[in-house]
Amino acid sequence: MHETTAHERVFTGDRRARLDDVLTRYPSRQAALLPALWMVQEARGWVSDDAMAEVAELLALTPAYVKGVVTFYTMYHQHPVGRYFIQVCTTTPCNLCGAEGVVEAFLEHTGCGELGTTSPDGRFTVIEVECLGACGFATPVLINDDFVEDVIPEKVPELLGRYQ
Amino acid sequence: MGYPHKPHPKETVVLSECFGDRDARSYDGWIERGGYRALEQALGMDPQDVITEVKESGLRGRGGAGFPAGVKWGFMPKKKSKPHYLCCNADESEPGTFKDREIMRWTPHGLIEGCAITAHAIQAEITYIYIRGEFTEPITIMQQALDEAYERGVLGADAMGTGRQIDMYVHRGAGAYICGEETALMNSIEGKRGNPRIRPPFPAAVGVFGMPTTINNVETLASVPHILTRGAQWYKSLCRSNPKSTGTKLFSVCGHVTKPGNYEVEMGFPMGELIHELAGGMRPGRTLKAVIPGGSSVPLLDREESETCVLDYEGCVEAGTMLGSGGMIVFDDSADMVYQMMRIARFYAHESCAQCTQCREGTAWTVRILQKILRGEGAMTDLDLLLDVGEQMTGKTICVLSDSCAAPVGSAIKKFRGEFEAYITGARQAVAALV
Repeated sequence: MHETTAHERVFTGDRRARLDDVLTRYPSRQAALLPALWMVQEARGWVSDDAMAEVAELLALTPAYVKGVVTFYTMYHQHPVGRYFIQVCTTTPCNLCGAEGVVEAFLEHTGCGELGTTSPDGRFTVIEVECLGACGFATPVLINDDFVEDVIPEKVPELLGRYQ
Repeated sequence: MGYPHKPHPKETVVLSECFGDRDARSYDGWIERGGYRALEQALGMDPQDVITEVKESGLRGRGGAGFPAGVKWGFMPKKKSKPHYLCCNADESEPGTFKDREIMRWTPHGLIEGCAITAHAIQAEITYIYIRGEFTEPITIMQQALDEAYERGVLGADAMGTGRQIDMYVHRGAGAYICGEETALMNSIEGKRGNPRIRPPFPAAVGVFGMPTTINNVETLASVPHILTRGAQWYKSLCRSNPKSTGTKLFSVCGHVTKPGNYEVEMGFPMGELIHELAGGMRPGRTLKAVIPGGSSVPLLDREESETCVLDYEGCVEAGTMLGSGGMIVFDDSADMVYQMMRIARFYAHESCAQCTQCREGTAWTVRILQKILRGEGAMTDLDLLLDVGEQMTGKTICVLSDSCAAPVGSAIKKFRGEFEAYITGARQAVAALV
């Protein structure tokens, strides 16, 4: 998906300095790819084709190579998402503890209706994810960078109220 | 069960001693609790002597494979001709496993100390702590602790004033279970897709950036400082059954138990006691049906097998399964094994890196057959087909993701065949919606 307006460069000023610092940690420029993509997502909320091309240029890679890496990792958004990106774990242990009901509650109370779509007000996108690694605290939910444990359907409206 | 809480009297608290103790997270707090003494001691030792001590302790890899840690370190070239690397595997993604997360959340300096000692032992200048992208809190806490360790001179070009270079960085993953496989993890650090590599060459010869590399799990590395300060003999004495399985192990217990959480016990602890006493047993009116003891990647045990299983590497093999990561998924009699196996297979199908045909096709095919059975459209021959596909998925691929899908599914068909047949004959009502 191409941006309609001209690409505003991500790596300028402080962010460029942070990338330069990251580059000192590795013996190759390519190794800074995952960290650079995280910086793009942090700045823009998603990783556009133009941003991939910018990263490619900085790290001496091809845009196609960068896209190959972006598409491998599920956490990089290749499209814009809601202001709050909600990831609900539904893998076996959470499924045993009622994760399906938690997903339904999120879909209902965010107004998203369907997995992967953004609510009409642009606030939320809800997706199901595989194991979040907190199986003893079922159901764990990741809302942007907030890791919330022990979510049950009844808690969902109050939880969403914290994200305006 | 979250922290803080009192450990169960039957726990042997070593790694989890400071879980729930917020003050232990800071450098000063860690020092007050005796931290960094082991590193000081190790830096005064010859690297080979550190390796010998860890070998002697019997410490084995806690990520799943159970390979002796000291032996692994011993594979690194003794005569150094190029840079050496240490990778700490904090990509904890195995369903049912959530122990490394707690180690990083509560004792970040303990992990840094373990990594620094290991880096010294294998003569590595740089350590990468590869943390799965979803672990936002552990990433923040580890980064703060690393910043502090640099400020206090523990790490850097002159680590603890010894003139040795010990650098350490967090490398954040971005959502891929397969990056917990050691060679995929190295590719991921290098800025590549997380495809596992063919071995040989092994990481000790050609690892990250093509250099000699050791990779260990968080829990393994966090155990190292305790071994150095208290001695290999002490560590070896933490053993209830087979002398080849020593030390304590954090078991994550989840699913249908009343007190899910992490429990630290000596190797050889009875699985029945762990489930029924420490983890609180089943909900009222429910009975134990099955356990997958090593994260979802291993054969499941039925009630009788799990209640008699001894929790160490050998005991689990004897029971027909594997200790794996120690992430135990407990199913009570309300669990639909057919549905749960479909859910497990779906996990592996989603996480397959798709390099190997057997895995890419096999995991997805397994899901489709199980879904067909759940919809009430299965045939008896589908069960044999599932077992046959599973066999073709085992031992034939670059890594063991494919085997990890086949193992639980195959064991469930063998042990709970009646449940599968009930869907096929129509004795059990088909599942309307498949999530």
